[in-house]
Amino acid sequence: MSHVLDIQGLTKTFGGLTATDNVSLTVNSGEIHALIGPNGAGKSTLINQICGEILPNAGRITLGGRDITALAPADRVALGLGRTFQITSLLDDMTVRANLGMAVQARAGGNFRIFDRAASRAAVWDEVDQSLSGSALAVRADVPVADLAHGEKKQLELLMALSQRPRLLLLDEPMAGLGHVESQQMIDALRAARKDCAILLVEHDMEAVFALADRITVLVYGRVIAAGSAEDIRANPDVREAYLGEEDA
Amino acid sequence: MILLFEQLLNGLQYGVTLFLLAAGLTLIFGIMGVINLAHGALYMVGAFAGAWVSIQTGSFWAGLVSGLAASAVAGILVELGIMRRLYARDHLDQVLATFALILIFNQSTILIFGRQPLFTSLPPVFSGSVEILPGLPYPTYRLFVIAVGLAVAVGLYLLINKTRVGMLVRAGATHRQMVRALGVNIKGLYTAVFGLGALLAGLAGVMASPILAVQVGMGDEIILATFVVVVIGGVGSVKGAFVAGLFLGMTDTMLRAFLPTLLQQVMPGPEAQALGVGISSMGIYLMMAIVLLFRPRGLFAAQG
Amino acid sequence: MKREYLGMIAVFIALALVPFAAEWTGQSSWVRLVGQALIFGMAAASLNFILGYGGMISFGHAAYFGIGGYVVGILFHHHAAGTAFLGLIPGTDQMLITLPAAIVVSGMAAALVGALSLRTGGVQFIMITLAFAQMFFFLFVSLKTYGGEDGIMVRRTNSLPGLDMRDRATLYWVVLVCAAAYYLFLRRLVQSSFGQIIAGIRQNERRMAALGISTYRYKLYAFVLSGMGAGLAGALMVNFLRFASPDMMHWSRSGEFMIMVILGGVGTLAGPFIGAGVLFSVEVTLAKYTEHWMLPVGILLLLVVLTARGGLMSLIRRVTGGGK
Repeated sequence: MSHVLDIQGLTKTFGGLTATDNVSLTVNSGEIHALIGPNGAGKSTLINQICGEILPNAGRITLGGRDITALAPADRVALGLGRTFQITSLLDDMTVRANLGMAVQARAGGNFRIFDRAASRAAVWDEVDQSLSGSALAVRADVPVADLAHGEKKQLELLMALSQRPRLLLLDEPMAGLGHVESQQMIDALRAARKDCAILLVEHDMEAVFALADRITVLVYGRVIAAGSAEDIRANPDVREAYLGEEDA
Repeated sequence: MILLFEQLLNGLQYGVTLFLLAAGLTLIFGIMGVINLAHGALYMVGAFAGAWVSIQTGSFWAGLVSGLAASAVAGILVELGIMRRLYARDHLDQVLATFALILIFNQSTILIFGRQPLFTSLPPVFSGSVEILPGLPYPTYRLFVIAVGLAVAVGLYLLINKTRVGMLVRAGATHRQMVRALGVNIKGLYTAVFGLGALLAGLAGVMASPILAVQVGMGDEIILATFVVVVIGGVGSVKGAFVAGLFLGMTDTMLRAFLPTLLQQVMPGPEAQALGVGISSMGIYLMMAIVLLFRPRGLFAAQG
Repeated sequence: MKREYLGMIAVFIALALVPFAAEWTGQSSWVRLVGQALIFGMAAASLNFILGYGGMISFGHAAYFGIGGYVVGILFHHHAAGTAFLGLIPGTDQMLITLPAAIVVSGMAAALVGALSLRTGGVQFIMITLAFAQMFFFLFVSLKTYGGEDGIMVRRTNSLPGLDMRDRATLYWVVLVCAAAYYLFLRRLVQSSFGQIIAGIRQNERRMAALGISTYRYKLYAFVLSGMGAGLAGALMVNFLRFASPDMMHWSRSGEFMIMVILGGVGTLAGPFIGAGVLFSVEVTLAKYTEHWMLPVGILLLLVVLTARGGLMSLIRRVTGGGK
């Protein structure tokens, strides 16, 4: 099976509201699969179900052939799921370096040790330095995360997710709020990242989506209304209507 | 059989008291997101004020009114002076400040009334008993307490489900930020809800005062049982407070009444007595453990 | 760094000299008071590990303090009576056995409570830890074999090979060494891999879960470690006072531990010890003048919460201008 992620018939309702309605999609290895749709289409709910923060009412999620539908979020990470957050979620009291260190340490294990010194784990900190060295964040390594600019936080989240060495990376609007230059840097970073993992990309920035995605799935009111290559989606009348309708309103 | 029924009613009466306390506590948490350890102190304030006035005037009803007024005023003052500064703080500060309030309330009460318990008499109307089943006379006052508790439950149901304040209360329990953003007079609402919670605690205190000894520390004991009620019922749920309050009140009473005797069937008297008392005083906590195993957020937890 | 070591050594020496100072000035009660303050400091420091470093507001910490104490009391009771606990475990008065036993048993109690209460968070967690502590309180009140609500006397302090434990100064030094060792342990713990993960969970639990950390397991482990520390403190206290009673685990005691942590400064190593020393001396001093000493303590606490952030440690830091 070459699907890294396989979602079948995923349904989630909140009271009377159906947030995801029988959604199926797959992400192949080495692929960037974009998930687009107007606000309130259920994209974030879908991401949170894949991560395990919300449990679906029906359907199945398979990661690398393993059924993860009922697993806890942390156990999914252990099976190769990495993510970033729509609203960045970092350890605000710590520096950039310490945040990355935490990500590497979490993956490296040995975290129930109570007599070692976390600051002396050479393997962890070597890897942190290595991943910082290729990044614009290198000069900001000792800055507390709370003092970072928005774009820098987005970059740090991506670095942390990559240091998990995931097989599938879930990116929840990585371009949101970025300036033109920063967006371009993020696109380059994602192009580099795809060599190591498959990516499911939720994004509003259509330029970025068409620049990156191999395949696109369109979600409207919790339903998949179209799926296919960038060309197919551009030409699809339903998609045009959904988006034009959105703009009219 | 008759004994069983009598104990059930006693349990109901205790359960109603727990409900009155838990309803206020859970409302205060649900709307303001604040934990108030000093809720038991407000119960004590109501009991002391009620008992003192009823001893001075000879009228239970004068005591009732004064007890309610005293606890509501105390609650409102606490909200205006202290709680208001704590809403935006973390739970730790709330715990510490309200723990400090317990110390202050308890010691002030000792300074004013001394350590001797106050005893009050029943109102004449309810001093007798009625035969509710053939061969079972039951004190009318306890029936009155049950009736008042149930009436409050109905009143709270109507308040929460049928009024604008209730709508804010329901919205506040699940979407606190939203209610704040809507710009309703949130300060006034908070003070009113805290005052209402204090009033209910005071009502529980006054109602209990002819049955129990009114003394310092009475609030500390019952507030712990109230926490168990709130946790089992689901934090923020008045319905949960009602169901869990009555259920725990009855279970606790039944265990205390019958467990030692039951154990005496299988083991020697004094040991059975000690073990029975031990287990029954742990009973509600064990029940909380069981509920937490299956429903970590309580039986009627608000969605969120 | 150098300065920290020098400070630690200086404080240790000063504390070790207390029995001599007491003898010299004739203030024999000093040994007793400082010893108790040190033990309370250990209990508060153990609470501070989950509270300050881990962000878990446990309001039932006195339960583990009391359970640790009762292990010493119950083992001594059976030792003196020549009977066995539950007919299986013989009693003992050997400190090298009673202290580890106290640590293990209080750790098990903490595991039980933690496993249930950590399934929730926030306000529920506070109420649940408080309620379970009260459950243990009632349990020991109902144990008539071990004195019920009157508690249990330990007529002689546990023995340690080669030491005369009846000598108050010797016992004091044993307590001091335990407190110092515990301080060093905690210092190590917060810098360890595990300590870092716990600090991360306090800051952002969701983020740590997204990094693959099963936060429940880590929090439970921290909760158990912390309960063990409180158990050790309780066991020392019973040796020191030769008395164990349910009052050790009353919920107002849990509140006092929390006050000590706050007074000294949340999430600092020395803070809980300083807070314990300050609160305990305030209590002892006020108790000389009025039986209502809890009133000023309550008002003081309220003022500290409403006005001062960071406790006494931040004050000391501001005055000395030093780092950690």
